Amino acid sequence: MKLTLRVWRQKNADDDGAMSTYEVDGISPDMSFLEMLDTLNEELILRGEDPVAFDHDCREGICGACSLVINGDAHGPERTTTCQLHMRSFRDGDRIDIEPWRASAFPVIKDLVVDRSAFDRIIQAGGYITAPTGSAPEAHATAVPKPDADLAFEHAECIGCGACVAACPNGAAMLFTSAKINHLNVLPQGAPERETRVLDMVAQMDEEGFGGCTLAGECATACPKGIPLVSITGMNKEWLRATRKVAKH
Amino acid sequence: MWEFCGMARTDSGLRKALGRIPQIREEFWRRIKVPGTGEEFNQSLEKANRVVDYLELAELMCLDALHRAESCGGHFREESQTPEGEAARRDEEFAYAAAWEFTGTGEAPVLHREDLVFEYVHPTQRSYA
Repeated sequence: MKLTLRVWRQKNADDDGAMSTYEVDGISPDMSFLEMLDTLNEELILRGEDPVAFDHDCREGICGACSLVINGDAHGPERTTTCQLHMRSFRDGDRIDIEPWRASAFPVIKDLVVDRSAFDRIIQAGGYITAPTGSAPEAHATAVPKPDADLAFEHAECIGCGACVAACPNGAAMLFTSAKINHLNVLPQGAPERETRVLDMVAQMDEEGFGGCTLAGECATACPKGIPLVSITGMNKEWLRATRKVAKH
Repeated sequence: MWEFCGMARTDSGLRKALGRIPQIREEFWRRIKVPGTGEEFNQSLEKANRVVDYLELAELMCLDALHRAESCGGHFREESQTPEGEAARRDEEFAYAAAWEFTGTGEAPVLHREDLVFEYVHPTQRSYA
């Protein structure tokens, strides 16, 4: 396959950045999108040019590192992570636009790499359980109803890639934050910190400069792990419940 | 590493690998080309640093595998096997964890033996016969 790539190049956070055009040839339809970029970078290095910086790690769809907006869609045309997107999803001769996640809370570090540490700080605000449990308890010691376990797992699937933020017209991080909150709040292990978790994580989310939710639903459409839009409803319910409960005390 | 320090290793294979790694290191430093500088976000430099680390790690793995002239666990020295083809342990000589102290690239590391003491369950020769 022969392709024309328009890639966002930005030297550093202070640089304005612009799209640059590159031609790549000899691309196999079986290559992943990242392998196609590796091919481009090998050529750029041989030509003495600066290779395109992009985030990647596991390349098997579970780590959440890869993060490209491809032809305007977070992670591109398939409902998966960029690393699991293959070139057979494109046609010979296509022009492909490649950009970083666009959100004010995710500043560009270089080219296609953005700083997603805002997500880490949201997790640090409450996305954990502090109850000391000693060594691993017997699995049946705390009974969890199957629907709750399934719901927790559905939310635990979030890999924190940030596609929800990139897709959102408001740059909101509510799908991510709600997934992390609901994952723990539906489980008995998460119950002792149920209120502080949702209040602190939502406060941190706002402080990081993410936008608010207007239920556009783009996040759930872009999410490679299928976190549903009702996850946000669940978070709002948790938040209302927590504010009332805290107000009573 | 795949060829000479894989799941089955031999004295001669490991010695070959130990001869080859310094040549690869020399070639690496002679031919390395890293775009950009160290004063910026530089993924190419990060990769190059990892290759340097891997060369040291590979060398140490081969050296340790050569030193441990027994078979045990995932370390199978072809010279050390039972007639049935099982890993032949030599606990009287090698019942220790080898902690190697780095003394510089290409320099011989210093071995610190940490003896393994089994109070209840003692290592035995595996045999399905």
